[in-house]
Order: sequence, then structure tokens, then C-alpha cells
Amino acid sequence: MLGRTANGLFWMFRYLERAENTARLLEAALRMALTRDVVTAEAEWRSVIATLGLQRPYEAIHDGYDGLAVWNFVLRGASNPGNVRIMLGSVRANARMARINISSDVWEAVNANWMRLDAMLARPVGQTMVGEVLGAIRRAGTQVHGAFDGSILRDEGYHFSRAGTFIERSDSTARILDMKYFLLLPSLSYVGSSLDSGQWEQVLRSVAGARAYNWLNAGQIEARGIVEFLVLDDRFPRSLAFCRKALREDLTELARMHGSEGACTALMHEADARIEGLTVDQIFDFGLHEFLLDCLDRNMAIAEAIAEDYRFHA
Amino acid sequence: MHAHGSNFDEMFDDGGQTRPAYAEYCRWYGEQPGEWLKRKNREADDAFRRTGITFNVYGENEAEERLIPFDMVPRIITAAEWRKLQRGIEQRVRALNAFLYDLYHRQEIVRAGRLPERLLHRNEAWLAAMVGFTPPGGIYTHIVGIDLVRTGPDEFFVLEDNARTPSGVSYMLENRETMMGMFPDLFSRIPVESVSTYPRRLARSLAACVPPAYGGGKPVVAVLTPGIYNAAYFEHAFLADQMGAELVEGSDLRVVGGRVQMRTTRGYQPIDVLYRRVDDEFLDPLSFNAGSVLGVPGIMDVYRSGGITIANAPGTGVADDKAIYSFMPEIVEFYTGEKPLLPNVQTWRCVDKDSLAYVLDNLADLVVKEVHGSGGYGMLIGPTSSTREIAAFREKLVARPANYIAQPTLALSTCPIYTRAGLAPRHVDLRPFVLVSPEGIDITPGGLTRVALKKGSLVVNSSQGGGTKDTWVLKD
Repeated sequence: MLGRTANGLFWMFRYLERAENTARLLEAALRMALTRDVVTAEAEWRSVIATLGLQRPYEAIHDGYDGLAVWNFVLRGASNPGNVRIMLGSVRANARMARINISSDVWEAVNANWMRLDAMLARPVGQTMVGEVLGAIRRAGTQVHGAFDGSILRDEGYHFSRAGTFIERSDSTARILDMKYFLLLPSLSYVGSSLDSGQWEQVLRSVAGARAYNWLNAGQIEARGIVEFLVLDDRFPRSLAFCRKALREDLTELARMHGSEGACTALMHEADARIEGLTVDQIFDFGLHEFLLDCLDRNMAIAEAIAEDYRFHA
Repeated sequence: MHAHGSNFDEMFDDGGQTRPAYAEYCRWYGEQPGEWLKRKNREADDAFRRTGITFNVYGENEAEERLIPFDMVPRIITAAEWRKLQRGIEQRVRALNAFLYDLYHRQEIVRAGRLPERLLHRNEAWLAAMVGFTPPGGIYTHIVGIDLVRTGPDEFFVLEDNARTPSGVSYMLENRETMMGMFPDLFSRIPVESVSTYPRRLARSLAACVPPAYGGGKPVVAVLTPGIYNAAYFEHAFLADQMGAELVEGSDLRVVGGRVQMRTTRGYQPIDVLYRRVDDEFLDPLSFNAGSVLGVPGIMDVYRSGGITIANAPGTGVADDKAIYSFMPEIVEFYTGEKPLLPNVQTWRCVDKDSLAYVLDNLADLVVKEVHGSGGYGMLIGPTSSTREIAAFREKLVARPANYIAQPTLALSTCPIYTRAGLAPRHVDLRPFVLVSPEGIDITPGGLTRVALKKGSLVVNSSQGGGTKDTWVLKD
């Protein structure tokens, strides 16, 4: 397969994942804002912008944080070059570029969703529409992944696509966790307290993990359990451990197909060794924030090594 | 432009009776409830949009993807009509290849005084780099599109030869897919020649022209596209996909060890046959347009030393400009020793004094085209132009007469399209697609029917509001 096409598949799935995760983050914030007082709601919207790293461009055009302004900025803001509408356009552009390496089912799922969402996001998204829009973005991800699982040849393209998905997903989970950790647990003495279970529940919602967590923990919401769940539990598909495991499968398979292990495999093994056998206490001892930053750095290094090893660029 | 007088209708004769080729279709059509047809018509549009069969249009702002409108009434050709067309097309394509070989070798046709030398050496499409070189298999035009128009029951004319990189074949294939999906019962009632093997035949045809450096095994075929913003990108991806070939851009390619190689995830891999959908001038920045990023630096050297096959060969454009077109009857006769089976449209070469005088006197009745123009741009359609437009065009014509040819306004045949008010006649043309390989000339039955959707209009180009129809050749 062409290096450029492998790059196209990798980024098509990164952008798809990013759009879906952004929609989930907004949905969770929306729910939070609806059930809380104005001050909490404002803090919630502020944290959405912070999680996405958009403070500077957002504050350049807005004085305060309110839902309508935030979701329009995130979804379609003209001065936000990473808005969801642009992400979805990038999904489609990459899918078009890799057109001969994806099935018609996948292409049609991408194209049909893009047509609908691009039209929806062409106009400001009001209060009454936002739920529908966010749901449609999430479903776009579901449909593309469904078509992908059912129709894609399990060749190298499959593994590049999945590598993009899981690197992006674990980045997203790490960022969401990191942001809430900072807000809620400024000092270690808070660890273990149930300062604001609503905020933690909100974290679970942003990664679609509320139900699974509650089922596993009989509804006990506390920071430690949630960190364990989102970092170390490899049964939950958005946890860091799950994403690591999936990425390991894909990079191992790619190395097997190519008959050699590249730099990306070595970096992956290092990252795996870091998390292997770790307990939540050890993470807290090291510092959750530092731990998460380390995960993000390692992910970035792995992504760069994949691009290098498999000749994504000339 | 508007046709003068009455024109030939493909479906109905002058008395309003259905022609035999359309009899069964019309019977079927009459049985379908009106509301259901309306719904089907909308469905077709959605189907094309969903599958992304679009072409890009560059407007004043940004590139925009548009659908080429599809009309669900087929254009039907009888087996007997097709056999005649097939023979004429084959003869013409054979002559085109012989002509190109001759032009880049001994130029017998010029020596014989049958073609003025100036037409070659002043021709923008002429490539000095091709002189004395014979492409693999001796094939210049692996893929040709011959544009035909009809004016009467037995009167077909060649309007244009497309010997560079003819496009539109993906519409021929998708139109059929769409029709079979929407109206399966029609195809069980009417036996129609299949077109779906085209991509496989194209792949085989290209693989039959491997270069001397080919190292055995499955020949590596790649389609070279300018990229996703090109107007015909959909078609490039479609053909690569259907052929099982790679779809490459200039940035994927590099000359390594005397071969053109593509950057794969495993390193550089040589390409045997490159079906390029990039114009000559962008193909090699070392040989032609130095600023081009669409091509491959050094590909012409590799080509000339037998390292790759380029389809169509560089320099084939010299055979399809409109000044050469006017000599096609002589060209066919010179190389085949036969009278042309398919006539040209009468053409005045404005470079000739007498012709120019005639054209200037009759501008209001003629169609004047640029010699190197395409896509319906840069032309004057006398009958629909204002006095001012004609006056402006006259100046251009007088300033550079050699740059123009003129033709009469033809009474193009019509074929009905579906409208909410029922069937309505619109002008059509036909572009059959021809594959040439050392194994022979292979013409897919039918081709692409383009249709002017505006009432009375004769311009069928998709860039100017034309649509397409499925084209049926009936089985005997």
C-alpha cells in the first residue's frame, strides 16, 4: 500500500474519533450545565474549551463562557481551525484520498454522514438543535465503524486505520481525565474524597463509560475507582489500557506483515512496560497529571514513529 | 444554439410513432405509474450523491463538487447500428495510431504532401521528445473517446477525437449500475449488451503493454491523478479501484535506478504501466513545465529508455486538435487505404484565406471553435450569439485565424428525457470508449450519451449544464 494512503487512513480515523469524542464531551457538558447552577455551568463550559486547548482563540472573540457560544465555537467557529465541521471534512477528504483502500460501504457511510452533518453545521446551532446535532455526529462514528468492521479487508490498511483510532481515543481519554483532575483535585489530600461526584460522573459520561462503571462498581462514584477504570481496566473500550492493548495488536500485526519491527514497535513496548502491572496507588504517588502527560507524550512519539516507519511522507 | 428545422429523434419518427428499438421500453414506460416514476427520479439523484459520483467545478470562490445530472430514460442503439459504428470507430482509431507513429518517425504523410508540415511543428501538443521513439507495443492511444453526433437515421458524424485523456467512462458504468438497481425488470425484458467488463478489459489492455524493463510476475499498473481536487478525481479513484491498480499522485513517485517507483509502506516499488490522468505539460518538470508538482521529475528519460509505459503516450494530443481533425478523412485514407466509414463534420480551416472569408461572412450561422480548446469553452455559437458577441469574436478571429476552425450548426438528434411534465426531447451526442492494445482494438458497446438538459440547447458538456444517460446497445 502507498505510504500516502496509509497516512490517509490513519488520519481519517483519527479525525473521525476526534469528532466523535468532541461530541461526547459537549453532550456531557450540556447535561451538566442543565442540571447545575449558572456558576457551575460556566465553569463546565470553560473546562470544555480548556480540555480542547482552545482558550486562546475562544477568548479572542468571546468575553464569557456560555453553552451556546461554546458549542458553536467548537462545532463550527470560523476562527477555530480545528472545529468539528472541519474535522468531518478532513475525514471525508482522507477517505476520498484512500478511496481505493476502503470499501464502498465505508465510503458511503462517510459520505452520507458528511453531507448531512456539513449541511447541519453550515448554520448556527441553536438550543433546540444541539442535541440532535451531537447525536448525529456520534452516530456518524458508529456507522463508519460498523461498515468498517463488516467490510474491510484485514490487510495493513485495516491496522493503520485502527492505530489512528486508538491513538486518538487514548489521547482524548487522557485529556478529559487530566482536565478534571486539575479542576477537582488540586492537592493530593483530596484524593479519595467524594468532593463532587457529579463532576466525576460527567467524566464518565464524556467517555461513554457511566453505565459500565456503575455496573462494575455498584454505583460508587469516587476518584480512585474512576481512575482505575479509565486508565487500567482493559475491558472498557475507551480506557488507556484497552487502547494500549488494541494498538499493540495492530502494530504487532503490521510488523509481522512487513517482516520487521520498526521504531514504533520499540516505543510501544516501552509504553506498555510503563503501564504493565501498575496500580492506581502508584499512579497517584507519581502524580496523575504527570502520568497522563507522559502518556500523551508517548502516544505522540509512537504516532510520529509510525509515520516514519511506514513512509507516510516523502 | 438551436437546431435549424426539424431534427432526428431517437425515440419517435416524424409521424410520432415509436421506433422499433424503443418499442419495448415505451411499452414498459407506459405501464409505470406516474408517481412511482417521479419517486424513482429523485432516488437516482440521491444514489449518485451518496456514492459521491461528482466532478469538481471551479467557480469564483472555492472548488465545489457537483453532480452530473442523470436522466433515467435510456438512449437505445440497435445491434445493426452499433455494428456499423463499431467498424467506423475501429478504422478511425487504427488510423490515429498509425498517424501518430508516422508523425514521430518518417512523416510519410507530410512527404506525400497530404498534410502541411506547419500543422505539426507549430502544434502546441507536438513533443520533440517523442521523435524517433516507439512506445511499448507500438501503442500511442491506449484509451480513446470518439465523440459522435447523429443527424439522421443513417447519418452519424465524428465531432471530435479524444486521444489524450478522455474522461467520462465512470459515468457510463455508474449509469448502468444505477439503472439496473432502479429498474431490474427492464433488463429482464430487454436484452442489453453489458458494459461492466470495461475496467477488467482496461486492466488487461494496459497490462499487455509492459515496458522492456518489466521484470515478470503480475504487471504493476498505477493510475496517476492530479489529486482529490481534480475535476475527474472520482473517475480516477473509480477506475483504479475497479482495476485493482494503485492510485498515485506525483508526490508518491520518484525515479530510482532507472525505474519510476512509488513510495509504499515497504519502500519504493517500480511501476510497469502508468495510466496517467495528468496532461503532458505537467508530466515531467524536467522536460516540460518546470513548475509542475503533479508529475515525476525524470519520467521522460525513464520512458525513453524502456523503464515504464505511459498511457496514453505523451505527445498524442497532436492528433486530436481541431486543425488536425479537419484532415482526418485524408488521414484515414492514407493509413488504411480505405474510404472513411464515419464522416467528419464539414470544417472550414480559418487559416485558409478563402475559408476565413466565408466564415467571416457567415458567422451568425456557424460554430467557431478554438483549435486547441475543449470542454465547450472559447467557442462562438453563431445562431445564439448577440451581434455584439459576434463582433467581439470577429476581432479575435481576424487577429489569429490559424487558431480557429468553423463548422455548420448541426441539427443534432434528440432523445427524450424525463421531466415532471412527461417525456421531452433534448439534443444528445455519444462518446464510445475504445481500448487499444497489441491484442487489438476493443470497443465497449454503447458509451456515454451526453444530453443538453436545456430545451433547444446543443451544448452537452457537463461543465455547461449537460447531463448523461445510460446507453443501450440491444443484443441481436
